[in-house]
Amino acid sequence: MTALHFSPLLASIFSLIVIGALLLSFVMLGSRWLKDYMLAFAVQSWLIAILSALMAWAGGYTELYFVAALTALFRGLVLPLMLLWVLKRLHVNRELHEIVQPSTALVLGAVLVIFSVVVAYRIGHALDIETRVVVLALTVMLSIKLIGFLMLAIRREAVSSILGILMLENGIFLGSQILVPGMPLMIELVLLFDLLVAVTCFAVLVRYLMASVGATGSQALQKLVG
Amino acid sequence: MSAATLIIVLLAAPLVSVLWSLLVRRAMQWVNLLAALVCFPVSILLLIDAAAPRIYFEQMLYVDRIGAWVLMCVALVYLLASFFAIDYMRHGEDARRLPNFYALFALFAWTMFAAPMANMIGVYWIGIEMTTLVSTFLVGYERRAESMEAAWKYIIIVSGGISIALLGTVLLYWGGTFVLGPTYTLDWSTLDAIAPKMPAVLLQLGFLLALVGYGVKAGLAPMHTWLPDAHSEGPAPVSAMLSGALLNCAMLGIVRFLAATDIAGHGGWPHRILIALGVASLVVGALFIMRQRGLKRMLAYSSVEHMGVIALGFGFGGLLGVFGALYHMLNHSINKTLMFIGAGSAVHRYGTHDMQQMRNLPAAMPGLAWLWLAGAVAITGAPPFGLFRSELSVLMAGWMHGGTRWVAVLFLLLLIVIFIGFLNHFRQMYVPSEAPAPDGPLPGVMTWIPMLLAVAALLLLGLWWPPLFTLWFGQIVHQLGAVS
Repeated sequence: MTALHFSPLLASIFSLIVIGALLLSFVMLGSRWLKDYMLAFAVQSWLIAILSALMAWAGGYTELYFVAALTALFRGLVLPLMLLWVLKRLHVNRELHEIVQPSTALVLGAVLVIFSVVVAYRIGHALDIETRVVVLALTVMLSIKLIGFLMLAIRREAVSSILGILMLENGIFLGSQILVPGMPLMIELVLLFDLLVAVTCFAVLVRYLMASVGATGSQALQKLVG
Repeated sequence: MSAATLIIVLLAAPLVSVLWSLLVRRAMQWVNLLAALVCFPVSILLLIDAAAPRIYFEQMLYVDRIGAWVLMCVALVYLLASFFAIDYMRHGEDARRLPNFYALFALFAWTMFAAPMANMIGVYWIGIEMTTLVSTFLVGYERRAESMEAAWKYIIIVSGGISIALLGTVLLYWGGTFVLGPTYTLDWSTLDAIAPKMPAVLLQLGFLLALVGYGVKAGLAPMHTWLPDAHSEGPAPVSAMLSGALLNCAMLGIVRFLAATDIAGHGGWPHRILIALGVASLVVGALFIMRQRGLKRMLAYSSVEHMGVIALGFGFGGLLGVFGALYHMLNHSINKTLMFIGAGSAVHRYGTHDMQQMRNLPAAMPGLAWLWLAGAVAITGAPPFGLFRSELSVLMAGWMHGGTRWVAVLFLLLLIVIFIGFLNHFRQMYVPSEAPAPDGPLPGVMTWIPMLLAVAALLLLGLWWPPLFTLWFGQIVHQLGAVS
């Protein structure tokens, strides 16, 4: 509920950060280079960390400072570095087989954002929420989520899939900072931890995949059907 | 023993097995079996003890009757699969990696004990995610190209899918802030308490997202696509655990969210959606069982089908529906474990997954083949086995419900299709022929024990209704608020 009472300046800053995060997901959608994805993801995570810290300061949730620091450290630094390491070992730099051209992907992404806007406005209307920033946060949460799924659907490199999954969760993190800043600290910490474990698993798996299938693109994975 | 002690034992035993496997690296299969032998009676004691929902250990764990019921199913499958693993894993190529297998195996069981006990909804989500992470390595354990493919699809589809449930949880938490203020703890009993007061749109959206998210994990069609791959490419004891135990853990979450919408008085539509998913699962199961060639893939589609039956049971609701669904959980756990044990043995014996190359089974696996055939008859829902009773109960629930009568008819038709399709495959495998006997290893006593136990249990559950079940299920129905 506190989310509904921000000063105009703060609300503008929040909006700026949230929209910045959304734009970064379009950067991922529009690029072929895996390194670009990584950078965009890292910056997106830093934005979320800044948002957490601002929320902690504005709403008086001291534990969110901690979450902010961990988000910046894990999602902004450790995970991208780990993925870079994986990339180096695999010698893949870019998507080789595109299902959908990046330009088409951008248009699809825009359609998803419009869908999210409609859904968010309907929810906002049902809840009688006048605050723009809450509806905006909801929109961006849903958009990033949907764009993450789009990434999963149209990208074939294993690393892109991992980043797609990470982006799904980034969307939720971003939205939850504004919608439910009071969500128990412990859950958020464990979620961060869980993420780290997940990515470790992914990294190990990518190596096995390379060893046994000989490729890391999902077009090589077509033995099991029906 | 107090319930708290029971919980500690249940969570400690698999961990001991994990540590033993990692540190001692000898005799781990026996330690694992011992852990499973401890867990099963403990889970039954816990089930008997769980008269009213209670919270343990600093609000972390929550045990109620339905949670304990799922725990008991997990412990039972863990026990049967642990017996079989000793026999099955003996034939693996690389004995040096065997301790890793048992460490992962016991850890997988541990995550499935922990997840249903989670009190906070966020922690439950983490628990389910943990089961995925651990079991991915078990699915890919054999490191063939196919098993790596299955493991990769498994982790990507399920992690992506389950993140939808996280979104649902966040929305439900948000809904709760309108009732309880910005900071509170969202656990299962709080959800039931605040559901009637939170904004309807958030409860409905939260439920839908949770249903889809956990539905991925429970293998409900059309979110089932990871399931046939993962179940068919992992080692057979792992397939049994995935199918018999894991799917129930995810179904538990769906049922609890459903109960919250019931309590909030959102009427029939959540039930109707669950029924729709159930019917879709049955249709997918029926179609793919008919045209399947891979033995374990067929069993995997049969799991999709049976999750559909359970979803139908909870979807129809009422006494009969919930009774049937709960009873079906137990029956399916036992039966599917039995089927995967037989399948694993047959795959080793013939050296192939292809059913068309498995001929003259009674000669290839003397004695054991008949136990397996009994399991095959049971899993299609034929009397006198347990699944007949539970499916009949679900069917009657649908018929008596009025508006869902045509679903009941469709359900019956699909069951008949599956009966024919499934047993036709078995007929071809069992017909006597001149085919030369396969040269793979013969199953040993550690395969016999769980198969005998499972067939006996299925027969018992089909012929005798334990009176305690009536009491327990009645309490669960009451707690879920499913009586309209």
